[in-house]
Amino acid sequence: MIEVLQFEFMRNALFAGLLASIACGIIGTLVVVNRIVFISGGIAHAAYGGVGIAFYFGLAPLLGIGGFSLFIAAIMAAVTIRSRHRSDTVIGALWAFGMALGVMLIDLTPGYNVDLMSYLFGSILTVPKSDLLLMLILDLVILATVVLFYKDFLAISFDEEFATAMGVPTRVLYFALLAMIALVVVMIVRVVGLILVIALLSIPSYISEKYSESMRTMMILSIIFSALFVMLGLWLSYSFNLTSGATIIMVAAAFFFLNPLFDRLANKHG
Amino acid sequence: MRSWAIEIKDLWFSYNGHQVLQEVNLNVSEKEFLAILGPNGSGKTTLLKLMLGVLRPDKGSVRIFGEEPCKVVDRIGYVPQDTNVNKSFPISVFDTTLMGRLGHAKRSRRYSAHDRLMAQKALETVGMWEQRKRHIGKLSGGQRQRVFIARALAANPDILFMDEPTASVDREFQTELYEFLRELNKSVTILVVSHDLSVLSSYIKSVACVNQKLFYHDAAEITSEMLDMAYHCPVELVAHGLPHRVLRDHEDD
Repeated sequence: MIEVLQFEFMRNALFAGLLASIACGIIGTLVVVNRIVFISGGIAHAAYGGVGIAFYFGLAPLLGIGGFSLFIAAIMAAVTIRSRHRSDTVIGALWAFGMALGVMLIDLTPGYNVDLMSYLFGSILTVPKSDLLLMLILDLVILATVVLFYKDFLAISFDEEFATAMGVPTRVLYFALLAMIALVVVMIVRVVGLILVIALLSIPSYISEKYSESMRTMMILSIIFSALFVMLGLWLSYSFNLTSGATIIMVAAAFFFLNPLFDRLANKHG
Repeated sequence: MRSWAIEIKDLWFSYNGHQVLQEVNLNVSEKEFLAILGPNGSGKTTLLKLMLGVLRPDKGSVRIFGEEPCKVVDRIGYVPQDTNVNKSFPISVFDTTLMGRLGHAKRSRRYSAHDRLMAQKALETVGMWEQRKRHIGKLSGGQRQRVFIARALAANPDILFMDEPTASVDREFQTELYEFLRELNKSVTILVVSHDLSVLSSYIKSVACVNQKLFYHDAAEITSEMLDMAYHCPVELVAHGLPHRVLRDHEDD
C-alpha cells in the first residue's frame, strides 16, 4: 500500500477520499437521523442536470453541478418542509427530471464528451490539486455551520415540533441542511460519482448510529468508517484493477451487510 | 385591562381541506389550571400546537401573555405526546433535557453553565438525575415521560403546556406529578390536554371541551350544556368513574 503513494495521483486520490469522508460523516449523520436518505438521493441524481448545463454552456463542471444541485435542494426543501415523509412522489419526479435534463443537454452539446461516465461513477484517480483545495474549503464551511448550530440541528432532528415551539428557526435550518447535502454531492462526485453518493452518505452513518451515545460521536464514527471504506476500496481497486468508485461502495456495502453478523457474534462471546 | 395568559380570538384552522377547529375563543387568566378535554380527533392537540406557534391559524389570533407565541418562547414549557419518538436516535437523557433551554439559549452558542444547572435541577425534580447518561431509547415509556416533563421544567416556564402527560406513566407517578403541578401552579399557568379526567379532576381549576368548537367553563365541572354540545367528550369521563363533583347533577339545574 505504501509504495503506491509515491504516485501523485494516488496521493491526491487518498486526500480526496479523506476530505470527502469528513463531509460525508457529518452530513450523512444528519441525513440518517432525519430520515431524509431518499431526498438526498434525489438531490444527488438530479445533479446530473448540472453536468448537462455545464457542458452545454461551457462552464466548469463542478460549478454546474454545485449550482444546479443547490437549486434542486431548494425546491426539495420547499416541497418537503411540511410533510417530510409523504412527499416521495415529488422527490422521485425531481430525481428523474434532473437526470433527463442532463442527458438531453449533453445530446444537444456538439462534440463527444469522453469523461461523462466519470460524473456518474466517479474518477477519484484523476482528482487535480485544485479540486482538493475546493473540497477543503467546503469541508470547513460544513464543519463550521454544524459546529456553530449543533444544538439547533440536534433539536430539529430529534423533535422538530418541540424545537419550533422553543423558537428554533426550524425552516431556515432545514433549508441549510439540504443546501449542505448539495455541497456534499459536489464533493463526492469525484470520489464515487453521482449515482453512488447516496451509499457514502448513508452507510457509514447507519452503522455508526448503533454504537453512538450522541450525535457528535455518531458524526466522528461515521467519518472514521467512511475513511476506512475509501482507503480499503482504493487499495482493492488498485490491486485488482477495478473501478475505484464502485469498489469503495462495494466495501461499504460489505460492511453494511456483514455488520449484523459481527454484532451477533460479539453478543454471543460478550 | 386585564392581562391574560392565553387569549384566543375567533380562531379557525383547517388541514387538507378538513375543518379541524372553528370559531374558537378562549381567555385563560394567569395561574389558571385548565384541562382541555375531547375525544380522539377532536382537534385538542391541534389547538395546543396553535397556542405554541407550531401551527398557524387560518383566521383569528393567539396571544400568550399578550404576545405572539414565538415572542415568548423563553416563558413556555411544553410536554408533547410521547408517540413519535425516534427510539434509535443517539441522545442521552441529559442532552434531551437541555433542549428545554432552547428558548433561553442564544442561537449559534453552546448551552451555558446556567442552562446545565437548570437541566440538572429539572432531572432531580422528576427523579431521573441518576439516569442522566442513559440512551433515551433504552428507557421505559414512563421514564421517558419523566424526562420530557423535566425538559419542560428546565425552561423555568411561566406557562406549561402538557399533551396527555400521564398516558404512559404508572398511577403512583401520576399522583406524584399532579401533587407537584399543584405546587407549581402557585406561580405557573398550567394547561393539560387529556382525554381522561379521572385523576386530573381534583387538581384543575377549569375545563374546556373541544370538538371542532370549544366550550369553556370557568370551574372544574362540566355543564350539561357542554355535555350536549360536545356530546362525545364526556363519555370517557363517565366511563372512568369520575368523581362526583366534576359532573354537575342534571336535576339540580
